[in-house]
Amino acid sequence: MEKPLKPFKAFSMHVDLDAFIPATEEDKKYMVQMRPSSTFFRDGMKRLLKNRVATVSLIIIILITLSALFIPLFWPYGYDQQLGLQPGKPVDPSYGNLKPFCYGKTEQERMEAGEKIFPHIFGTDDRGRDYFIRVVYGTRISLAVGFFASIIVLIIGMTIGSIAGYCGGAVDLVIMRIVDIIYSLPDMLMVILLASVLKKALGNSLDGTVLEKIGSNIISLFIVFGVLYWVSMSRLIRGQILSLKEQEYVLASRAAGAKGGWIIRKHLLPNSISVIIISTALQIPSAIFTESYLSFLGLGVNAPMPSLGSLASDALNGMSTYPYRMIIPAVVISLIVLSMNLFGDGLRDAFDPKLRN
Amino acid sequence: MSEIRETGNDILVDVRHLKQYFNINVSPLKTKPLKAVDDVSFSIRRGETLGLVGESGCGKTTVGRSILHLYQPTGGEVIFDGRPVKSKKDIAELRKKATMVFQDPYSSLDPRMTVSDIIAEPLDIHKVFRNKAEREAKILELMDRVGLNSEHASRYAHEFSGGQRQRIGIARALSLNPEFIVCDEPVSALDVSIQAQVINMFVELQEQMNLTYLFIAHDILVVRHISNRIAVMYLGKMVELADAAEIYDRPLHPYTRSLMSAVPQPDPIVAKANKRIVLSGDIPSPLNAPSGCPFRTRCPHATEACAESMPEFKEVASGHFVACHRVNEL
Repeated sequence: MEKPLKPFKAFSMHVDLDAFIPATEEDKKYMVQMRPSSTFFRDGMKRLLKNRVATVSLIIIILITLSALFIPLFWPYGYDQQLGLQPGKPVDPSYGNLKPFCYGKTEQERMEAGEKIFPHIFGTDDRGRDYFIRVVYGTRISLAVGFFASIIVLIIGMTIGSIAGYCGGAVDLVIMRIVDIIYSLPDMLMVILLASVLKKALGNSLDGTVLEKIGSNIISLFIVFGVLYWVSMSRLIRGQILSLKEQEYVLASRAAGAKGGWIIRKHLLPNSISVIIISTALQIPSAIFTESYLSFLGLGVNAPMPSLGSLASDALNGMSTYPYRMIIPAVVISLIVLSMNLFGDGLRDAFDPKLRN
Repeated sequence: MSEIRETGNDILVDVRHLKQYFNINVSPLKTKPLKAVDDVSFSIRRGETLGLVGESGCGKTTVGRSILHLYQPTGGEVIFDGRPVKSKKDIAELRKKATMVFQDPYSSLDPRMTVSDIIAEPLDIHKVFRNKAEREAKILELMDRVGLNSEHASRYAHEFSGGQRQRIGIARALSLNPEFIVCDEPVSALDVSIQAQVINMFVELQEQMNLTYLFIAHDILVVRHISNRIAVMYLGKMVELADAAEIYDRPLHPYTRSLMSAVPQPDPIVAKANKRIVLSGDIPSPLNAPSGCPFRTRCPHATEACAESMPEFKEVASGHFVACHRVNEL
């Protein structure tokens, strides 16, 4: 006779009691993985670096900026150095209008003697100045103008915009009407008027100062930027602050005894930082562009200091014979403005996804 | 400026004939006052919780904010701790002793600030601390008090759940060791299970720190649980004020009765026996408030007298105030 199976034998199993020991504090700590908290800035940078167009633009901007800053330090030629002009000798005409990688007469003689001569990558201009270094200096001026003009616009626009937005009421009304008036002024006309007035007014007072080399035209450009272009920035910031100041955390701050300045600095501006970054970044190319076409019209930097616009303008004379002299600064302007704009767009997408459309 | 007035030492907040009007543009050149709070008087004793209930838009929140002078009151006065709050200096003093917990735990915390900065903001505004270590210690103490993990101090508000966010808001309110807190619907944005935790925390904190609350809510059960006394508002006016149990068991004003009849009853037998008083119509716009008693347009017992004058807010039984012409007949 067969032995009957023990009931529930099939269900019995060996339970490992060790697996059911309560976890100690240390075990619990090991299980809890604290993810480092992600800040707004880090999140934005992560998204920005994922955007390939913006990353490439950023790299181009960095490369252009670095070369504009550092190439003049080691380049053997100066931007105003006329190579054909040797002390005590008549001007050597062989240095004027050199083609790329060509050399002047004395340079060829020295090369035959076995000396190494640094090449003129873009040739020289009609006065025998190395064209490459002039383009680099022109880029330097353009970038500096773009950067500082944007800073001026940012400071003025941010201050006035946040005051108008926060105070509201009559203050807001008055400021916004002033903004409307300034908005309706033709900016080009203002630049040209100011440039010609300032030139006379400043006269020789700039001589000997750092500003002498850039000249009164650029200063008037800065002034016009400061006076006219802040309006769009201040409108933008005012709009942001109008909506942000209704948030409850602002009320909480007021209930804790905060004054207007504290609320603007600690709550309103940090929360509109994305708009501020983006519009500043987009302001730079527009300033560069303005500077370039003013220089092209002859209202830019004082000669011999070059800017990209004045280089293009000078190249107009020999356009059919030396087209590259026109093309090079034009390409550099386009490259800077395009990559700045694309980078600005990337910034906007990364830091303020709501603004995308 | 501030004179000392005898109000009795046990009364912390005394609100007298508080009026808060907002000017609303009805047409481009004409403004009309919106009477958000119209002639409201009550007092809150030290250490007690006064519940404030009413429909949305009846002016509950405005009362709370006007007491704290977040709006400049149009009329009436607020006497805090025996001193009328009038000058800017008085308001600055009030900010240290009276604070607020907000309804929405999402919009009341700045998304660009870390938890420790949010909690320490009132301390930073009043520059309470000389060094960082002291500040840090206070932040950790506050976080511990509201049941937050100290490891969370450097995190941002968006990383927390609603209940935790509300705890952060409470820690911020407690940071200056206030005597009086206006709780503006602090639990209505939370889940029911979290509501209980937060409410119990309010009760514990009150015992530990000897706090006085003005507890604004629209959930009568929550208010009854936490309050010593309950005030009922309708259309910017206070219609009834009594002990919590009294107003719950013996409401006198027709509006309060209807409100109490709407409270869900867990016991089905009791629920069946209770008759639900359903009001007709909507709450009128405070821009065109009815003449006389504000409730008369919806009141089942309204007479012609109700349209003529606003009933006085008077004491009908010990500590039981009602504003109704027909309170004795009903």
